[in-house]
Amino acid sequence: MRSTVVDIEDAVVSYREDVALRGVSLKVESGEFIGIVGPNGAGKTTLLTIINGLGKLLKGRVWVLGNYLTPGNGHSLRKRIGYVAQVQNIDPRMPINVREAAMIGRYGRLGLLHRPGRYDWRIVDEVLELVGMTKLAQRPIGHLSGGEQQRVAVGRCLAQEPELFLLDEPTASLDWRAKKDILELVKLVHDTRQLTTLLVTHDLSALPVACNRVLLMKDGLIWDEGSPEELLTDEKLSDLYDIPIPIVKSRREEVASV
Amino acid sequence: MDLSIYSYQFMQHASLSVLFGGIACGTIGVFVVLMGMPFIGVCMSHAAFAGALLSLWLGFNPLIGALIASFIAAGIIGPLADRGELSPTTSVGVIFSLTLGLAFLFMGLMPGTKSGALELLWGSILTNTSGEVMLLGIVAAVVVGLVIAFYKEFQATIFHRELALAVGIPSALIFYGILFLTGATITVSLRPIGGLLIFSLILNPAAAAYQLTYNMKRMFFLSAAFGVLSGWIGLVMSYLLNIPSGATIVITSSAIFGIATLVSPKRKVKRWEKKQLLEEGR
Repeated sequence: MRSTVVDIEDAVVSYREDVALRGVSLKVESGEFIGIVGPNGAGKTTLLTIINGLGKLLKGRVWVLGNYLTPGNGHSLRKRIGYVAQVQNIDPRMPINVREAAMIGRYGRLGLLHRPGRYDWRIVDEVLELVGMTKLAQRPIGHLSGGEQQRVAVGRCLAQEPELFLLDEPTASLDWRAKKDILELVKLVHDTRQLTTLLVTHDLSALPVACNRVLLMKDGLIWDEGSPEELLTDEKLSDLYDIPIPIVKSRREEVASV
Repeated sequence: MDLSIYSYQFMQHASLSVLFGGIACGTIGVFVVLMGMPFIGVCMSHAAFAGALLSLWLGFNPLIGALIASFIAAGIIGPLADRGELSPTTSVGVIFSLTLGLAFLFMGLMPGTKSGALELLWGSILTNTSGEVMLLGIVAAVVVGLVIAFYKEFQATIFHRELALAVGIPSALIFYGILFLTGATITVSLRPIGGLLIFSLILNPAAAAYQLTYNMKRMFFLSAAFGVLSGWIGLVMSYLLNIPSGATIVITSSAIFGIATLVSPKRKVKRWEKKQLLEEGR
């Protein structure tokens, strides 16, 4: 039987004068793969940040992995939640190699004053194998391409042994091949580990393949939710993005033909 | 070379001062270089200088004022850099101009010859007391000890603060810790090295080490070694040429940076990558 791993009740988040979430409620069951879609400024990233305790609630409650999030327990809960952001701009001279960058995922779990041991390095080597980065393990992290860096980011999250996997536009600014590779990797991770996954993306073509459920977000609200087949229609997307149906159709055809 | 000069206590104190100061400044410099915050360091060294002058004017030990002022500067700069209401460079720039203004104000208010103030400005390593050497040693030991104990937290925070936070590391606490350590190091090095020059001893050895390695532990070690080397060579040059030691120390550290840049393998990244690819393809 599936259990609830995230339960958000009437969450309101505001950044100074801008309201990012306007009373969002959401339940996520264990093992689900949820895609989150919507125009810029819809509140997609904010939704992820209130789940891992980085976003501050103005109103409402968030229950994650058996605990209500409070200002005091964010650090301990984040150790159990993997988070992949967009491609980061990493200094090519940064003195950290791929293996060390992946190990950072384990640091939270290890706790203060504990050093990584043989067991931790073995886990890191296993996840680097899984994400196809073993050959580049000794390479400085800043020398990798955007796609390779995102593979390491996924590896870092897996090294964390998370119970919940959050991805915030992991394929943004990647070329089509790298996008495809990363999404296939995320899908593989979900399928093999049954890891509850929430993916914010603008890549609509990926959603029917990967997700059980899609959330459409607009103006800080969950505007609609359901299966990818129900929601990813030209009509719905036209309403969501406020653009005429023929333009939605032509854009989707362009993406499909790549 | 005539080494009899080292039989004098003042020279022994000076040598130990640059040993401890070089280790502390070189270690702190790695944070300053890798976290891209050289301006924050400059600002804190001027705050420490202003605090020391205020202490002198009020008749206290300048170290007390310098320590309090650099901690206040860290306490203001940290949240300003975090909140993002102004760009960190802008907010640090405003504080920098304020600390500079205060330093000149306190210097102007001081009666008499202002020799104490000028000593803080240019440094006076040859007059260091045993107590000052011991203080430098304690700060160097604390800095190195904390880096060893919390290496993985520092490494993650240096790599990416938000990422460190996302895996459950208290990266804000670590960042503030780095700012306070920077403040403490600048404070105890202020009189030996001088308010105007101290920051070069923080920045240059770490910038030189940055040119030479892709390994963070090695960078900490090289930076501390370059800091000590700059101090010792600078001290000897100062004695041989009879010129101010603060200036020779900083010029030596700049020369080490210049040499490191010239021989840096990172200038030949393409060649290095090609070699790696060939090795990986085997």
